[in-house]
Amino acid sequence: MTEHDDSERRPSPDALLSMAQQEQRGRLKVFLGAAPGVGKTYAMLEAAQVRRREGIDVVIGVVETHGRQETEALLEGLEVIPRQRIEYKGHALTEMNLDAILARRPKLVLVDELAHTNAPGSRHPKRYQDVEEILAAAIDVYTTVNIQHLESLNDVVAQITGIRVAERIPDRLLDRADEIELIDLSPDELLQRLREGKVYVPEQAEKAVRNYFRPGNLTALRELSLRRTAQRVDDQMRTYMHAHAIPGPWPTQDRIMACVSAGPGSERLVRSSKIRADRRHAEWLAVYVETPAHYRRSEAERDRIAQTLRLAEQLGGEAAVIPGENVAEELVRYAKSRNVTELMIGKSSRPRWREILSGSIVNNLIRLSGNIDVYVITDEGKQASLPATRPSPRHLDAYVWSAVAVSVAALVARVLDDVLTLPNLSMIFLAAVLLSATIWGLGPSIFASILSILVYDFFFVEPTFTLTVASPQDVFALVMLLIVAILTSNLAGRVRDQARAARRREARTNVLYEFSREMAASAGLDNVLRAIAKDLHESQGMDVAVFLPRGTTLDLSAIQPTDAIVDAQARAAATWTWQHSEATGSGTDTLPGVNWLFLPMQAAQTTVGVLGLRVEKGKTIAPDQRRLLVAMANQGAVAIERAELAAVMEETRVLAETERLRTAMLSSISHDLRTPLATISGATETLLDMDAEYTPEEQRDLLETIQEEAARLNRFVGNLLDMTRLESGALELNCDWVEIGDVIGAALGREASFLANYRLDVDVEPRLPMLHLDFVLMEQVLVNLLDNAAKFSPPGTTIHLSAQKAGKMVQVDVMDEGPGIPLEDLKRIFDKFHRVRGGDRRSAGTGLGLSICQGIVEAHGGAIEASNRAEGGALFRITLPVNGGPPKMRQELDGG
Amino acid sequence: MGEQPVRVLVVDDEPQIRRFLRTSLGAYHYQVAEAARGEEAIAKTATDRPDILVLDLGLPDVDGLDVIRRIREWSSIPIIVLSVRDRETDKIQALDYGADDYVTKPFSMGELLARIRATLRHRLRGETDQPVYHNGALTVDLARRLVTIDGREVRLAPKEYEILRTLVVHSGKVMTHQQLLRQVWGLGYENETHYLRVHIGQLRQKIEADPAQPRYIITEPGVGYRLRDPEDNRAPER
Repeated sequence: MTEHDDSERRPSPDALLSMAQQEQRGRLKVFLGAAPGVGKTYAMLEAAQVRRREGIDVVIGVVETHGRQETEALLEGLEVIPRQRIEYKGHALTEMNLDAILARRPKLVLVDELAHTNAPGSRHPKRYQDVEEILAAAIDVYTTVNIQHLESLNDVVAQITGIRVAERIPDRLLDRADEIELIDLSPDELLQRLREGKVYVPEQAEKAVRNYFRPGNLTALRELSLRRTAQRVDDQMRTYMHAHAIPGPWPTQDRIMACVSAGPGSERLVRSSKIRADRRHAEWLAVYVETPAHYRRSEAERDRIAQTLRLAEQLGGEAAVIPGENVAEELVRYAKSRNVTELMIGKSSRPRWREILSGSIVNNLIRLSGNIDVYVITDEGKQASLPATRPSPRHLDAYVWSAVAVSVAALVARVLDDVLTLPNLSMIFLAAVLLSATIWGLGPSIFASILSILVYDFFFVEPTFTLTVASPQDVFALVMLLIVAILTSNLAGRVRDQARAARRREARTNVLYEFSREMAASAGLDNVLRAIAKDLHESQGMDVAVFLPRGTTLDLSAIQPTDAIVDAQARAAATWTWQHSEATGSGTDTLPGVNWLFLPMQAAQTTVGVLGLRVEKGKTIAPDQRRLLVAMANQGAVAIERAELAAVMEETRVLAETERLRTAMLSSISHDLRTPLATISGATETLLDMDAEYTPEEQRDLLETIQEEAARLNRFVGNLLDMTRLESGALELNCDWVEIGDVIGAALGREASFLANYRLDVDVEPRLPMLHLDFVLMEQVLVNLLDNAAKFSPPGTTIHLSAQKAGKMVQVDVMDEGPGIPLEDLKRIFDKFHRVRGGDRRSAGTGLGLSICQGIVEAHGGAIEASNRAEGGALFRITLPVNGGPPKMRQELDGG
Repeated sequence: MGEQPVRVLVVDDEPQIRRFLRTSLGAYHYQVAEAARGEEAIAKTATDRPDILVLDLGLPDVDGLDVIRRIREWSSIPIIVLSVRDRETDKIQALDYGADDYVTKPFSMGELLARIRATLRHRLRGETDQPVYHNGALTVDLARRLVTIDGREVRLAPKEYEILRTLVVHSGKVMTHQQLLRQVWGLGYENETHYLRVHIGQLRQKIEADPAQPRYIITEPGVGYRLRDPEDNRAPER
């Protein structure tokens, strides 16, 4: 226990966190009353007037004065936010205008009657949900509520007053309220006020007194309110002591577990567990064991189980579903793993015969529970139990088929009657029972068992054609047959159910597995989104929409089928889901009128998007399907996050590459611009030097150097311009039908001067097809290649230029007799600013020329490659497509 | 050319280029006047009546093309355009507007002088009055429609001869594809440049010693063709 004490003395992080969260949220003050008419609204308005006089910005969200004059007088000086009109089935209803309040951003807003149910079509079905949204927007709220509306007290109040209240609020609202003011009025005074007509108009008051406002009721309700408030004060004190590490007489850490079943009493069980847990300051949880039989339950039953579990969550408990075979065993195992101290379970609603057959869960639980206390709660029985599941048409089929199986067995037995002894004949019937158990399940097989006994007795047991049995031996045989048949049915039926449950689970797992495999295989955000929409649409048969945030808005990023429609209301729901990371739409608490279900797509840290699924009018999504969808939404979220991350990384990589290029470019430019400039300015200075005397040859030499360097500078600037045009996409091909020989000729003519020191070997295949290309740019390519060849081969060698046809392409080769290209450079030779190191040889060029060649050739749909020739030297080969050829001439070529 | 020095109006907004042209052209006995802006160029052309205009297309006030257009409204003065490289459409447009020839910056002095001489020669003579054209080994007798290389007759198809004749008449001057197509094939054929390429190819096969490196019919990339003058012995450099 010392360890325990230590942890108690340190401020608990949870307690601090919950206090911190309350500081960011708006503060909630609840004016709690035991019954209508005690003066809650009056008290709230009085408090509001005090705050207003203090200079606080107070507005009225909604206040019902019920025409009471003294209450109305208190409205004076308070700003009222006009209500919102909602059209519903031809009626104009008014509701509190939530958006107007949020936009107005007062410090404090008054919201009367917290338990009110909003008109259909409002954002939330319940007013308390509106209040929660206001609080989340850091606006303080004063509100009023009567004790009978509290969810956990619902059953108790119903017991006391005989009236079940439909409008209920979750206990968490009261638990999280920063302040509760109990408006207390003794029952006598309240009745007095009623009679004076201060609460209801007289004739209504009469009725009310008779039904609800009986002194006994009022006393009990008053006591409930006082107790609830006291408990609340106690809680606050505990939180405070926790936060300030004040050691106190903490009760032992109890943990209460409610064992939820499909029975109608489960909601009551959950509420009782909540009350008990609150009283004992214990944590609590609600658990349901999903047995193979779960899948035999009707949709309505499965829905009710899910609702019960959700109720537990709303009441602040934890809900869990565990798969298993034996309910009692699983419950106890789970309870032990969670250190549960008390188990609460409802009285069994199962028929007696089934308890005898498969044992009572309650009994088993008590037997297995060890040192865990077990509380059994009575079933009030008042709640509408679900209509007994009538055998569906398919079930009826199963019974008919079972009967057929038994008839066949009877026929076979009849044929073999002479050959076999009586006990052996019973085996044939057993086979029929086993058959119906495996194929049609428990019910039909028990039916088959009984039918078999009757038929067997009637046709085969002496005296035949009666149901009487003559010999005691036969009685024994019949009884044995019955026992064996039923046991067999039970076993086989259970195996079959297990197999079915396993198949269901497997199918679900498969869907998830397929989905995650699809996600993993998709690269790029667009593909991931498309895969999510397509896969979900195919596996779930619903219209699917995926929304991703873009800036401050939510964009529809994928939809399947592509003609599905998401209307404005549905979009609003999707936006709400994104903002609050909570499900909205069909089957939820927020905008349930929308015929889409929106689920937040949650990755590790954030909500990355919203998944929408269209639900047909009148249909609901079953809880197991919903769970599957949530899992898929989150898996999709992870995939989206991964794709977005990959995009960011790619961007980073491109940035780094750009950075590298920029550095290379700067060094290239500074080198290639400065070198010729230095030569030119040096040579000119020398020439201008009046003192020096130069021979005409020396002068000419210097001048020629200047000229060459200027030409080099010009080429470099030209290359830079070309590169810029290529990269900015400003390069426009001005294509024309051209003979490649003509281009080669132009290039050679242009560069005649710098090729002066080389021999040229030009070989253009005759009758090459005309090519559709940009003459000027292609000439530039050849000039760059010739320039390159001259740079990398010693003067006096030969530069070979050839053009030939190769299939549907034309090849142009530029070959030199230099040292060739180092292997390590072959791959990168066309990269921008990549230079082949020339060792101590002269400048290796700009590193741009070849890159430009590649850009231009590829823009023509061609290719350029570099290689080393077998006989030494480099080979650059351009391959250009022959695009059909020029249009036919309008007249015959003149012969020549 | 007469005794009077030829007067050249150099229009360029770059003082360095004007200074360089003034010195260089002066050395070849041209009398140089200068203008830095388009309006100034138009005014000086009207008042000074120069013999030839060397016009930069990139001017700060009026576009060079506009200057050509406006001058051509009232004057047929020879105009040689200076343009930066790679603006083939500008060159073609300038020629369409009535410029006589172009030189691409950076240019060699030899190239500019050759263009000036060729342009002036055509202007002074009008259409050629010499019936026989000599250029190296090539001789074209326009009166007899006879083409010879080293004295040997070359048989040309009618269209080939028409192309050669057009180039000879404008020898030394650039002829745009459109001009050649209009001359040889007539109106409506201006865009069929591949006709021209096929026939030029055949023509080169017949008159050039090495068709891959032509000496007579020079391709002006993206613009057209030029019959290289015998006196224009320098390679055009860009």
